[in-house]
Amino acid sequence: MPNMKPKIKIKDFNFYYGASQVLKRISMDIQPTHVTAIIGPSGCGKSTLLRCLNRMNDLIPSSRPEGKIEIDGQDINAPSIDVVDLRKRVGMVFQKPNPFPKSIFDNVAYGLRVNGIKDNRLIEKRVEASLKGSALWEEAKDRLKENALNLSGGQQQRLCVARALAIEPEVLLMDEPASALDPIATAKIEELIVELKKKYTIVIVTHNMQQAARISDSTAFLMQGDLVEYGKTSDIFTKPKQKMTEEYITGRFG
Amino acid sequence: MNKRRLKEKLIEWLFFVNGMIAVLVLVGIFILLVRNAFPGFKEVSFWEFLTTSRWNPDAYDKETYGFLAMLASTGMTTIGSLLIAVPLGVGTAAYLSDVASHRVREIAKPLIEILAGIPSVVIGFLGIVLVGPVLAKLTGTYNGLNAINGSILLAVMALPTIVSLSEDALNSVPRSYEEASLALGANKWQTVIKVKIPAAASGIIAACMLGMGRAIGETMTVLMATGNAPDFPQNLLSSVKTMTATIAIELGETAYFSTHFYMLFTVGLVLFIITFFINLISDIIFHKHMKMLK
Ligand SMILES: Nc1ncnc2c1ncn2[C@@H]1O[C@H](COP(=O)(O)OP(=O)(O)OP(=O)(O)O)[C@@H](O)[C@H]1O
Ligand SMILES: [Mg+2]
Repeated sequence: MPNMKPKIKIKDFNFYYGASQVLKRISMDIQPTHVTAIIGPSGCGKSTLLRCLNRMNDLIPSSRPEGKIEIDGQDINAPSIDVVDLRKRVGMVFQKPNPFPKSIFDNVAYGLRVNGIKDNRLIEKRVEASLKGSALWEEAKDRLKENALNLSGGQQQRLCVARALAIEPEVLLMDEPASALDPIATAKIEELIVELKKKYTIVIVTHNMQQAARISDSTAFLMQGDLVEYGKTSDIFTKPKQKMTEEYITGRFG
Repeated sequence: MNKRRLKEKLIEWLFFVNGMIAVLVLVGIFILLVRNAFPGFKEVSFWEFLTTSRWNPDAYDKETYGFLAMLASTGMTTIGSLLIAVPLGVGTAAYLSDVASHRVREIAKPLIEILAGIPSVVIGFLGIVLVGPVLAKLTGTYNGLNAINGSILLAVMALPTIVSLSEDALNSVPRSYEEASLALGANKWQTVIKVKIPAAASGIIAACMLGMGRAIGETMTVLMATGNAPDFPQNLLSSVKTMTATIAIELGETAYFSTHFYMLFTVGLVLFIITFFINLISDIIFHKHMKMLK
């Protein structure tokens, strides 16, 4: 793996839903200003792993993490960690665009307001910057007061990216952010991801092999909760070490 | 036709008859009320009923049947109860649906259901022996049997409806809104107040209106706790006599087919119409809400 200091360190990490173990001894280092893709067949635990990084699984009763996930050297499951703080640092974009039924402006401003920012000038500045950051500004600048649900699916997803960017996270998690979008909207999101990695650590779950190959720097291949292979994307896609990886990326199963 | 189809048809038909009976009963009640209300207006002018406030069927010289005092009384106790029950009820629903631990929820929900099952006469009794004396002490009034006492008790009675239906409305908000909010670093309270309550607003409004219907129609509690003075209420500390209490108190002691008798039916008719429309409107709002969420 590259020799930067990792942003996220996952070590011997297990995760359970009730009695069933869905992540098995996962260990991987995630590099800053990198796009890391997680691939694997449906149900292998990609979303679960991603949601462990901002502790979104806390919402699911009787789910249980075990082992260590460190971000900047801090154990994010330690009792001293404030999960609200963690989520400010680790933003998330979901599979289906899920803007609030509020105006475009209020959607982006939401994270700022709940984090106690009251200065309207500052909020306006950040909203504009975030919408520019997610390449939605040109389309949205004249309709900021309009309900976000009036936007197209692709625009909604870019709005969700803007919303996540507004609170200036360090890490951005994306769970199949383009799976509900058409090819043009998908291309825009991909462009955006490549642009965003200059500033953020990005972890993306995707079902789309070409997408992983196009935009990611590292790729992790999961199967039934096991991390089968993890390495540079170019290596994974051209000379995978494991037979299973090769079979998966060449589309022989999954 | 095979047996199963026949059974299905039969059940379908049973439900249809059931529904028709419900509608017929409703229409029947309405007709009964109208027929017993109308003759009263041979003696009393409609205008007097609607625009004056003195309801004095036992007057020595001329009976008066002004309706405004009891309308104001009902309005006052109802609005008072909503001022208490809506914030408390919606707050409780928000807490239970989004903030409370699983354990707290498991304990609180049956308790609220029990609250709904307490007979109104028991609540009225508490109004006399508990709320009344406390109010009397706090406000320096004689016995604390007044509008605000009624409001407090009605709030207690409307609360279960408001809490459980608001909670249903909050739970029907798509999970994705909640996740989006939490992922942006909002805490649970912020999430429920800023995202879930607005998204569930129509369902919550419907819940509150049903609670309101309950408060308007409630009889025994207000009869026991509000002092039943027939005058136009001056403020929340006035003793009041609501529409329901008037009917309950007076119908038993009036002669059948007297003007007084007919006018009490008129009050009943107005009550019927008010509650009918409240229920109708809350139903429409609720269905809009459900459709919007789909
Ligand atoms: N809330 C839950 N409770 C119990 N089991 C769950 C829950 N969520 C997911 N699972 C199970 O955990 C396993 C991993 O699920 P996960 O959603 O992480 O898979 P995934 O790799 O993201 O799949 P997909 O590609 O279909 O999104 C699956 O077997 C799934 O059935
Ligand atoms: Mg998934």
